[in-house]
Amino acid sequence: MDINQTLSGYSDWCYGIAVGAYVVAMLMYLYEQAFGYRDRTAAKRELVGVGVGAGGDTLLPEPPEDEPAGRAGRAERIGKMAVALTTFGALLHVSSLALRALATSRAPWGNMYEFGATLCLVAVLTWLVVLRKFPVRHLGVWVLLPVIALMFLGGVLLYTTAAPVQPALQSYWLVIHVFAIALGSGMVLVPGVVSVLYLLKVRKPEWSGRLPAAEVLDQVAYRTTVFAFPIYTAGVIFGAVWAEQSWGRFWGWDPKETVAFIAWVVYAAYLHSRATAGWRGGRAAAINIVGFAAMIFNLFFINLVTTGLHSYAGV
Amino acid sequence: MIAFLRNTWRGLTSMRTALVLLFLLALAALPGALVPQRSLNSTKVDEYIADHGWWGELLGRLEFYNVYGSVWFSAVYLLLFISLVGCLLPRTLEYAKSLRGKPVLTPRNLSRLPHHHESAVSATPEQVMARAKRRLKGWRLEEREEENGARSISAERGYLREAGNLVFHFAMLGLIVGLAVGKMFNYEGQVIVLANGSQFCNVGTLGYDSFRPGLRVDGTDLNPFCVKVDDFRANYLPNGQADYFHADISYQSGADLESNTWRPYQLEVNSPLRTAGDRVYLLSHGYAPTFTVTFPDGQQRTHTTQWRPVNQITYLSEGATKFDPPGVTDPAERRKRQLAITGLFAPTAVLNGKLLDSGFPDLRDPAVAIDVMKGDLGNDSGRGQSIYEVSKDMVDSGRLKRVARENLRPGEDITLDDGTNIKFDGVQRWVYLQVSHDPAQGWVLGFAVLVVFGLGTSLVIKRRRLWVRAVPAKDGDGTVLLLGGLARTDQAGYGEEFGRVTDDLLAELTPADERVGAPAGRDSES
Repeated sequence: MDINQTLSGYSDWCYGIAVGAYVVAMLMYLYEQAFGYRDRTAAKRELVGVGVGAGGDTLLPEPPEDEPAGRAGRAERIGKMAVALTTFGALLHVSSLALRALATSRAPWGNMYEFGATLCLVAVLTWLVVLRKFPVRHLGVWVLLPVIALMFLGGVLLYTTAAPVQPALQSYWLVIHVFAIALGSGMVLVPGVVSVLYLLKVRKPEWSGRLPAAEVLDQVAYRTTVFAFPIYTAGVIFGAVWAEQSWGRFWGWDPKETVAFIAWVVYAAYLHSRATAGWRGGRAAAINIVGFAAMIFNLFFINLVTTGLHSYAGV
Repeated sequence: MIAFLRNTWRGLTSMRTALVLLFLLALAALPGALVPQRSLNSTKVDEYIADHGWWGELLGRLEFYNVYGSVWFSAVYLLLFISLVGCLLPRTLEYAKSLRGKPVLTPRNLSRLPHHHESAVSATPEQVMARAKRRLKGWRLEEREEENGARSISAERGYLREAGNLVFHFAMLGLIVGLAVGKMFNYEGQVIVLANGSQFCNVGTLGYDSFRPGLRVDGTDLNPFCVKVDDFRANYLPNGQADYFHADISYQSGADLESNTWRPYQLEVNSPLRTAGDRVYLLSHGYAPTFTVTFPDGQQRTHTTQWRPVNQITYLSEGATKFDPPGVTDPAERRKRQLAITGLFAPTAVLNGKLLDSGFPDLRDPAVAIDVMKGDLGNDSGRGQSIYEVSKDMVDSGRLKRVARENLRPGEDITLDDGTNIKFDGVQRWVYLQVSHDPAQGWVLGFAVLVVFGLGTSLVIKRRRLWVRAVPAKDGDGTVLLLGGLARTDQAGYGEEFGRVTDDLLAELTPADERVGAPAGRDSES
């Protein structure tokens, strides 16, 4: 298994430029967030649309009377450019992973750096899909911020040179299990962030005039979580099947398994809370945030601080 | 009393309680990730207790080192289990009833529903009803006659949602039961076998170096099979990272045991041997140096004993190879002349002066750095001792003394003052095997698959209702068509489907001249 250093070098370049594109896109979203339409007519109309059948097209907001149409219009255009730039960054991000896969002739999620990159890609793609369904484009800044932070941490502190993986990871389950987990945990980044905004919107309405209606935020969080949860569940089960093949038991309360279980239980609680009187809304959002925190805790604390079977080559 | 029981039962089976119990479960599981666990690493637990004083001991008394077998963890999941059963039984009955039931009556005022539409069409109410029934194929339908010649259809769809929900929860129950059964009848044993054709048979617990039986396993009735380790091959990348481990083994089980037929298998890290209802895993490997001792009277003894790696990257290993003097029957005399060769083994020797270290995990340039100890090994003391060490008590009390220290390469030897010759012949590899048995794990997997499918079904499918009402137009010509829709659980996304149904229905009907409402359902709300 030879490592193609040239391809791995290109992969690193793509990674770096993708982060750069995300940073610029984030600043553009920030501009839209700051100077876009104050009165989110679109959000209100879309909320009804979501309920009734607006076919998913995002309606263009009509500028309110008191807002200078020129500046808001420019913010609108910049917001659209930000989406284009995010898409461009995501393409580079995909290339980065694809080149790593080619360079190492294996799935590009064999260490923490690569796993983090995959997770962030999933989060960005999830966000791009959410954008097509909900009028929340200007919130891009809040989604890209953690993505950029994670990618920066990954690229600077956890960077691992392209290398083959050790025998324990040489299995097709690496492709299946780790990808399913990356999908699940990457997707829940979006509801995690959106739930924070929801709490802000509900608890401090005076700070959050430019956020979409609470119902829209709740819908974004719920529908993304509902999509991610079965995938994450399947990912954990794939992990159990792999553990049976590799470690001799399908479940052994290894720290990573334990926290994966805890996160699963918390998300299960989130789904139940939305069907329980008195727990909808703020409390449900808080549970969603706890769930995402458990995911992040599992990614960083468990891998870097505790030692368990999931620790490979230090990280 | 009955009221109390009933209230307790109701409280326990309410969603709110389930939610709180879910939180408690997450919370109770957490210490297992933060505090070392006996079942995973017993030495670490002892270190932790030693490091944390009274706090460490308190945690021990509160079962924090055995979280998943503790009273409080078991209490939470048992309560959750009961709560789940109590919630599931009525829901299953209710679901069975709803499967036989008819869709609910059409509400009087459809325009108050979250999704609704109204149009005037030229067809008669009967024609409209026929069209609607054709379009709503696959929905559960109930047509009713209403006053003033109006007709209506109640349609309902998505019954599978609740089915998925029930399947998910029942599968969770099954999974927990499967886990419990597994804990009763499973066993797990580890054994070190030299990779030189040595064999191991699964006949009893004594054959193992360590053995962990399930609650109902006493180790007398293990599935019989034998494994012979013919060879072990490891390959490393130049930087020392492992590339592959292969153990070439032969095994026999069932009828092969009687006919003594050996079947070959290549045991690898991700590829266990599955035979006789058990699984055999390759956990790790190591080195076993071979020493030949020629005693002053000319008698020879050769031992190959496994040494354990102290560095998992370079495989620098330590151990003790112990010899009894041959032909000495008097125990007191024997205790003066026992020998132990103890020290370090390096697969790739790197010498700093006389200090031996290893530079690479593979056998490139093996060497040992040994102390030869003579005297009483303490084997007769009645105390168990590690096979990797000499008894420290014996050394401290002066009954076991160092008589030589030397670095040797294969083929080299040293001669002690009394004429005893010790030769380092070479090295063999050993493999660390694990045998696992869990008769319920197939069931657990089956339930886990059901969990995923049930979950997917219950989250993707929406239970939704749709009503069509055809009222004869006031002037006697044509029909006023009214539609209403309501999703019973989550409204999101139902609007699109409702719009499609409305569009399809209207596309087949000619609008009457005086239209009421917008022509297409999709725009009905804008």
